[in-house]
Amino acid sequence: MPFEMPVEKWAGAVNTVTIGATAENGGTRKSVVTVGGETGLPFLHFEGKTPYRPVVAMEVMDVPPPELPPALAEAIGDVAGDPAAWAAKCAGEFGADMVCLRLAGAHPDRENRSAEDCAGVVKSVLEAVKVPLIVLGCGQADKDNEVMPRVSEAAAGENCLLGTATQDNYKTITAACLADGHKLITEAPLDINIQKQVNILVSDAGMDLSRIVMYQSTGGLGYGMEYAYSIMERTRLAALSGDKTLSMPLLAVLGNECWKVKEARLPEEAAPSWGPAAERGVLWEAATAACFLHGGTHIFVMWHPRAVKQLRAMVDSLMSEGA
Amino acid sequence: MYSIGERINGMFKSVGAAIREQDPAPIQELARKQLAAGADALDVNVGPAAADPLVAMEWLVKAIREVTDAPLAIDTTKPEVMRRGLEVAGPGSIINSTKGQQEQLDIFIPMAVELQASVIALTIDEAGIPRDANGRAEIALRAVASAMEHGLDMERLMIDAVILPANVAQPTAGHVLEAIRNVKLLADPAPKTVLGLSNVSQGTQQRPLINRTYLVMALTAGLDAAILDVLDSEMMDAMITAELLLNQAVYCDDFLRAYRSR
Repeated sequence: MPFEMPVEKWAGAVNTVTIGATAENGGTRKSVVTVGGETGLPFLHFEGKTPYRPVVAMEVMDVPPPELPPALAEAIGDVAGDPAAWAAKCAGEFGADMVCLRLAGAHPDRENRSAEDCAGVVKSVLEAVKVPLIVLGCGQADKDNEVMPRVSEAAAGENCLLGTATQDNYKTITAACLADGHKLITEAPLDINIQKQVNILVSDAGMDLSRIVMYQSTGGLGYGMEYAYSIMERTRLAALSGDKTLSMPLLAVLGNECWKVKEARLPEEAAPSWGPAAERGVLWEAATAACFLHGGTHIFVMWHPRAVKQLRAMVDSLMSEGA
Repeated sequence: MYSIGERINGMFKSVGAAIREQDPAPIQELARKQLAAGADALDVNVGPAAADPLVAMEWLVKAIREVTDAPLAIDTTKPEVMRRGLEVAGPGSIINSTKGQQEQLDIFIPMAVELQASVIALTIDEAGIPRDANGRAEIALRAVASAMEHGLDMERLMIDAVILPANVAQPTAGHVLEAIRNVKLLADPAPKTVLGLSNVSQGTQQRPLINRTYLVMALTAGLDAAILDVLDSEMMDAMITAELLLNQAVYCDDFLRAYRSR
């Protein structure tokens, strides 16, 4: 008897979202990024379509990151204190599809930078690179509510992806995205129920579900990665079953998660049995990315160019099978 | 659950009057209200009073089509009225319904294939309504065989195990639940199951309570669809909550609103 592949028929699909605007659409980007649109489980090409490649957004900070591990410091080089130059290196030398700018310096415990300063950084990065931009706030709700509207305004028309809207703090950033034509990241703390709730809340606030990208505060390898994976999987299954409130593409901010763990940071002399420090962090980040790729993540926010390269190779291979 | 709104039925006074006077407004309002309340499809029945059911059905379907493209369940026993209703409503409609005797199946199932419709098959045949679950499954099997013979996609066959009023035939409620479970074993993929729910409470003093309680019970047994009063919001809440607890939807604090904003 010939083998017949059991093919699941799905009622729903993942939304397709485009980030970035070229001159034609009122922006100044030279390239845009489109993700989503899948009609089956990740890379099961016999089951459904995977019309767009998952993409990499490399993370850039507005202030020099504290204590970069040597492997990362070496890769980033002397641009770490200059967000525009750092972004240009990511989009140029490292070939990032997007740049993800984190406004860490706005945090009251860091440099408490003003909204005006932050908007200036965003403008300088928009001038330095022509790929689409993700902008994340500092994570302190009150400060982000001050900063993000100014940032949004400064980037008006560029169709950026701004984040993040949470269950307890979503109104200001949602209104800003609506006013200036950006896409929005909704965030939940590794909790699919809260993710769905935030999506409903921002939708009530006027944001069309088709303009949202979802982010579950990611855990890296050894620190909740499997849990994040299982939520990604459930989210995709909900989307394919036709749940419109969970049908948005997924973002994973994994670089910072991976590079803060001791396995990635400890020097060789402190942990000789763990192998070369120059490789550990890169592998930690690449392995986490591989897991999330299979979970159905669309946008990977990453740090190390060699981890990015490894992810790209996996994407090439998974996208070519059955093509 | 696939909800088929039951309110566009000539048996309701206001609908009957609108059909007689050819006044589309009240019908269209009912269509909109039911869809807003969560109906996936609308039942369309001209009622017993229509002078010419063929003309009345055509008018009624056209009136509804002016306000929505939602699937319509053409509710009649007359093949010529059914055909006209399906033709005017377009592909994706529902035949409501055929009985289980072979002559009827041989009319309505080919009609469904030809006009790209689904079919509700009642587990009633020339001998009447079976006394138990086995009798229901037997008639359902005849419908399944007929669907296979005529090339109707099994997902488009909906078996209605025929619920009777609780004050008339009390044991039926249990028989129907058992039949719903058994129908799922008749084929792979299995046919769908549907109920004309309101019949369970016909003539009782506690209609909404009996309707929503039985709906939840039937969902637990695996019911896929129901023809029901979607304007009964407490019943729709119970249905949404039952589906949530059966893990058919992802929980969130606003799960009722999430369902309705689908």
